[in-house]
Amino acid sequence: MAVKIVFLGPLRDMAGAESQEVEAPLDWAGLLATVGDEVAAQLSEERVNIACAGRVLADKSALQAKDGDEVALLPPVSGG
Amino acid sequence: MKDVRLLTEMFIPGALVGPFTQAHPGLGGVCTFVGEVRGGEGQDTGVEALELSHYEPLTLRSMEELADKAIERFDLMGLLIVHRVGEMRVGEPIVLVSAAALHRRGAIDAVDFCMDHLKSAAWFWKREKREEGWRWIEPHAGDYADLARWSKKNRQFDLDQGSS
Repeated sequence: MAVKIVFLGPLRDMAGAESQEVEAPLDWAGLLATVGDEVAAQLSEERVNIACAGRVLADKSALQAKDGDEVALLPPVSGG
Repeated sequence: MKDVRLLTEMFIPGALVGPFTQAHPGLGGVCTFVGEVRGGEGQDTGVEALELSHYEPLTLRSMEELADKAIERFDLMGLLIVHRVGEMRVGEPIVLVSAAALHRRGAIDAVDFCMDHLKSAAWFWKREKREEGWRWIEPHAGDYADLARWSKKNRQFDLDQGSS
């Protein structure tokens, strides 16, 4: 088992993949170091959210993903 | 009755609104909004297709929460929210919101409220296909302004103005 990072919306194009598996545990610094410069720059913006294990984090930098968790990178939404 | 659905295939709005209305005998009014992929004859937007993606662990749950809020806030008898995901062609329905209430104001406002939240505060990502390829779409400033109308502060303002 590992941590699965899921790229949503335009971040999927930037990452060049829908998801990526990395070794657990994964924190904020680890995430930024893993996803590449372009995605990391987006993550640093306030309008991009992160969910861990199905919960949107109030504070992204408090990310503590453990074995088996899914970390979703959520850019600004648009529906309807 | 709360009915919230995320669909991967095309749907016929009338086929859903009919039974929804029937399920609420005694209602005073039903308000329905259907959003479709814009374009085609007389409206040449250059858009060939639209694709909506979602994130399974969050999207449906957040739509359910939105429905709960609307039902409570507008004192609804029933609320139907249907949203498509996947690829859609011009003219296909994307979203349907139908609200049943004892009085028209609650039904109309509930649909407006739900649509503003679905446009810019629900877990969907939208891109459109044109001749030159796919392009991601972000909400316009106007969409965020529409959403802000429902925040507590502004709501108080509405009440102070005695809107009815």
